[in-house]
Amino acid sequence: MTVAAAFFYLFSTVMIASAFMVIAARNPVHSVLFLILAFFNAAGLFLLLGAEFLAMLIVVVYVGAVAVLFLFVVMMLDVDFAELKQGFLQYLPIGALIGAIVLIELVLVVGSWSFAADKVAAVSPAASNVTNTAALGRILYTDYIYLFQASGLVLLTAMIGAIVLTLHHRPNVKRQDLAKQAARTPEEAIEIRKVPSRQGV
Amino acid sequence: MVIGLTQYLVVAAVLFTIGVLGIILNRKNIIIILMSVELILLSVNINLVAFSTFLQDLTGQVFALFILTVAAAEAAIGLAILVTYYRNRGSIAVEDVNMMKG
Repeated sequence: MTVAAAFFYLFSTVMIASAFMVIAARNPVHSVLFLILAFFNAAGLFLLLGAEFLAMLIVVVYVGAVAVLFLFVVMMLDVDFAELKQGFLQYLPIGALIGAIVLIELVLVVGSWSFAADKVAAVSPAASNVTNTAALGRILYTDYIYLFQASGLVLLTAMIGAIVLTLHHRPNVKRQDLAKQAARTPEEAIEIRKVPSRQGV
Repeated sequence: MVIGLTQYLVVAAVLFTIGVLGIILNRKNIIIILMSVELILLSVNINLVAFSTFLQDLTGQVFALFILTVAAAEAAIGLAILVTYYRNRGSIAVEDVNMMKG
């Protein structure tokens, strides 16, 4: 067994075990931490496949953004998670049945599928002296430029949507209104009165 | 024993099944459901990258990149909806989501 094969089995075993712990852990914080472990091992699998850029992107985007977002939300919401765990055993038989059927079908499809030997190459050919990142950039910014722009729009929409959904104006809080401030004139802001001496306003 | 395409596909299939199982088993906890969706998208990404490597075609990695984008957007929107919902109802149980019922 080569080193690459040993690492493949290490990464995939840890990834599947931690993915199982994501759905089985009692505490949602533990679920998020196991999710992070699963993402790290997936990044290791991507490295084995020669997709270095995507491996680093998995670590940056999934671990750095998505999982931390989950962690924030889990810790921010004060929810009784033990109560939410109630139906777990109730759904276990039907869930295990469906899971077993899906898994058996997928493995049968994948296992009985034969690939043409000349089409499937070995891992990490690295024929050219172009790195994975450079090669990816070359086709991403030429052939797929419109899809790239569209994915930027998707992210912009998600950002605006998330802000609109979560931003809420509390009543009874004084806020600065820039337009109102800029539109003030001396006429409406200052009032000049003649005050008689020794009498006050 | 050499690691071929089939091994990667089986790993992705197992991960996909775990994701589906997580949605079925944790029907009440929407946070776990969102995490299961992330697992499913990750398994799809593993499939795409494995095919991209073994077929010597970089297009699969480009599509994995787009799936990554969509997964991040989906997580952000889903969690924002979750926070708004919790603010309105004080609970995140999926079975309480019936405000739109007539």
